[in-house]
Amino acid sequence: MKKKHWYDYLWIVSAAYLILGFFNILFAWLGLLCFFIPLILSVVTGQKSYCNRYCGRGQLFSLLGGRFGLSRRHDIPKWMKSKGFRYGFLVFFFVMFFLMLWNTYLVFAGAQSLSQVVTLLWTFRLPWQWAYHGTLFSPGVAQFAFGFYSVMLTSTVLGLVTMVLFKPRSWCVYCPMGTMTQLICKAKHHTDS
Amino acid sequence: MMIPAKRKAVVEHALCVACGCCVKVCPLSAISVYHGHYAQVDPTRCVGCGKCMKECPASVIHVEEVAQ
Repeated sequence: MKKKHWYDYLWIVSAAYLILGFFNILFAWLGLLCFFIPLILSVVTGQKSYCNRYCGRGQLFSLLGGRFGLSRRHDIPKWMKSKGFRYGFLVFFFVMFFLMLWNTYLVFAGAQSLSQVVTLLWTFRLPWQWAYHGTLFSPGVAQFAFGFYSVMLTSTVLGLVTMVLFKPRSWCVYCPMGTMTQLICKAKHHTDS
Repeated sequence: MMIPAKRKAVVEHALCVACGCCVKVCPLSAISVYHGHYAQVDPTRCVGCGKCMKECPASVIHVEEVAQ
């Protein structure tokens, strides 16, 4: 048995993040850490240390799929691990992310009113007004929180589905952050050497 | 005298996503992620137990007979 480190418990943070979004949507802003930390680590160190050590979501999947046995442990289909799918999903994720930022901008600019919904799988608009208790700043701040939480919840649901169908951490195969940090590491290594 | 072949983990580098799941389960610390590119097996430490193969979410690790 390997010695446990503090970072082996980050799954608690990931679970707490998802739960907090049910109480106050503004907590969704904290999710930006899951975007910036992996990018900064890969740019600075040229390693995927976020994936390898600190990713709480990966730990959550390996706990649920592994120890709790909620995974069939089948091999992921070939096309899902192909470069085409991984890069395609990254691009799709980016496009949807920028659409979300655009909607946030429209609310900041006053051209659109705040919509208190969480959009699951880019399609299903779930009413989420119970988690909104007003904001001290512009309604745009809340719109970003709703949009960002949608991104986080959608990717968690996708990850849970592939966890059940395939190996526990199947999400890691097509995780856009993982694909992006791997590309950064490759580019960095290429230029350094 | 014939030297018997040993079983070792082999990684398909081109399809590895460098997630590090294999590193976490390896009991002998025989596998590491090379510069965020892919997992790399240290053949001097690997005993071919297959834990990494079972864990790999992309199923790109196989245990094979490797000539000494």
